[in-house]
Amino acid sequence: MKILSMSAVLDSLSRFYASSIGKKILVALTGAALVLFVLGHMIGNLLVFAGPEAINEYGHMLQTALHGGGVWIARLGLLAAVAIHIIATIQLTRQNRAARNDAYGQHKAQVSSKASHTMIWSGLTLLAFIVYHLLHFTVRAGNGFNGAAYKTELHGETVHNVYKMVIDGFSWAPASLFYIIAMVLLYSHLSHGVSSLFQTLGLTTHRTAPVFKALGHAYATLILVGNCSIPVAIWLFGYGR
Amino acid sequence: MSLLNLHLKVWRQNRGQPGHFQDIEAKDIPDHASFLEMMDIVNERLIQAGQEPVAFDHDCREGICGMCSMQINGIPHGPEKATTTCQLHMRKFRTGDTIWIEPFRATAFPVIKDLMVDRGAFDRIQQAGGFVTVRTGAAPDANAILIGKEVADAAMDAAACIGCGACVAACKNASAMLFVSAKAGQLNSLPQGQPEKDRRTLAMVRQMDKEGFGNCTNQYECEASCPKEISVRWITKLNRDYAAAAMKEAFVGRQESSDGGE
Repeated sequence: MKILSMSAVLDSLSRFYASSIGKKILVALTGAALVLFVLGHMIGNLLVFAGPEAINEYGHMLQTALHGGGVWIARLGLLAAVAIHIIATIQLTRQNRAARNDAYGQHKAQVSSKASHTMIWSGLTLLAFIVYHLLHFTVRAGNGFNGAAYKTELHGETVHNVYKMVIDGFSWAPASLFYIIAMVLLYSHLSHGVSSLFQTLGLTTHRTAPVFKALGHAYATLILVGNCSIPVAIWLFGYGR
Repeated sequence: MSLLNLHLKVWRQNRGQPGHFQDIEAKDIPDHASFLEMMDIVNERLIQAGQEPVAFDHDCREGICGMCSMQINGIPHGPEKATTTCQLHMRKFRTGDTIWIEPFRATAFPVIKDLMVDRGAFDRIQQAGGFVTVRTGAAPDANAILIGKEVADAAMDAAACIGCGACVAACKNASAMLFVSAKAGQLNSLPQGQPEKDRRTLAMVRQMDKEGFGNCTNQYECEASCPKEISVRWITKLNRDYAAAAMKEAFVGRQESSDGGE
């Protein structure tokens, strides 16, 4: 009986995922998690403007939280969120393409934004960016960031010199440029995604619809300006170099 | 009254065969004709010339039956807001204009002929749950169930949907969410609809998915094209109702198994 109920629950949940709205709700929930992550990530990164000590200590804190388990909990959670977000949207997009086999001779968009029409492309480019970004600063592949030159002393401990990695990383023009392009795409993605997730989760009302829309644009702008300020300051204005 | 000379690009297709655009010169069209009357004039001339007339759907010609369709210059029911094709008038066009006339395109709406598409998918969604089950016999007293004015008004707004399919035609994903949300939302808002609310929501959404409509990407082209101005807030409600119904189905199950079983 217990096994039967268990499989009934799983059946219903897999049916939920198989449905259009079920998939969309998962995209919205994982999107919400990623939206919040992006803000936290940006605030942490802006510590680079508070000097080497501040950001190195922040980096050390992230790596040692919960005896080093915290960072892995976050990584696995984010990986799951990204995976669900992408797999579900690719499946949804394929269904959307199949839902209209014959293209219109003329098809006019009256109210929808360019950003909303290019979500899959801004999203997949961001995926490529995330891979590059992880190789750049997390795995630190193809650069010397794992070497002794990027270690420093902090309160008597040897820690990663995050500050020097960031300064050196963004001193190279192609990297800075790619980061800025990716952030413009993230702006585009968020400008539709943030307000969209409230709609998919069934939270939007007549009153709040314009608020969520404005909030989405403001949030996307905040993330764009905040994140771009780092490569722009280092690459163009020589901050820390 | 002035006369218009128009260049039409009309989609011609037989069921199951590939279609093409036919260029038709529509000369001397009175500007007080409706769009469908313009099509009637064009068809008369085609018949007189021994050619096959353009097949298109129409019925009441007063904007309430939901039968007329046509994608006109890339917009369902043409460029006028909150207007069906039959209520669109030729004075909205200028002489010399090129007008693209196509069927509502969706895999779930196969072309029957030219501009006519089979919108039977909508009927099957309605049959899946777009109703309330009532006992037969004498009609119940009109005001036996009290319904708040705001609730009645909102349900009436949803009920204004004429099921024409413009929402599907306008959507880049050919999603039927606006139609389904209006039909489910109308009944889900009213006390008469409560007993079957979860079952209705699940059944209608599942039938919608089965018919091969696309998924909503929250772009609201449907609302902009809807001749009855159905609000996308009904889609918000459908998302909410579906999530609640699916979770109840998964974790609560049927009522009788809560005290029997085990």
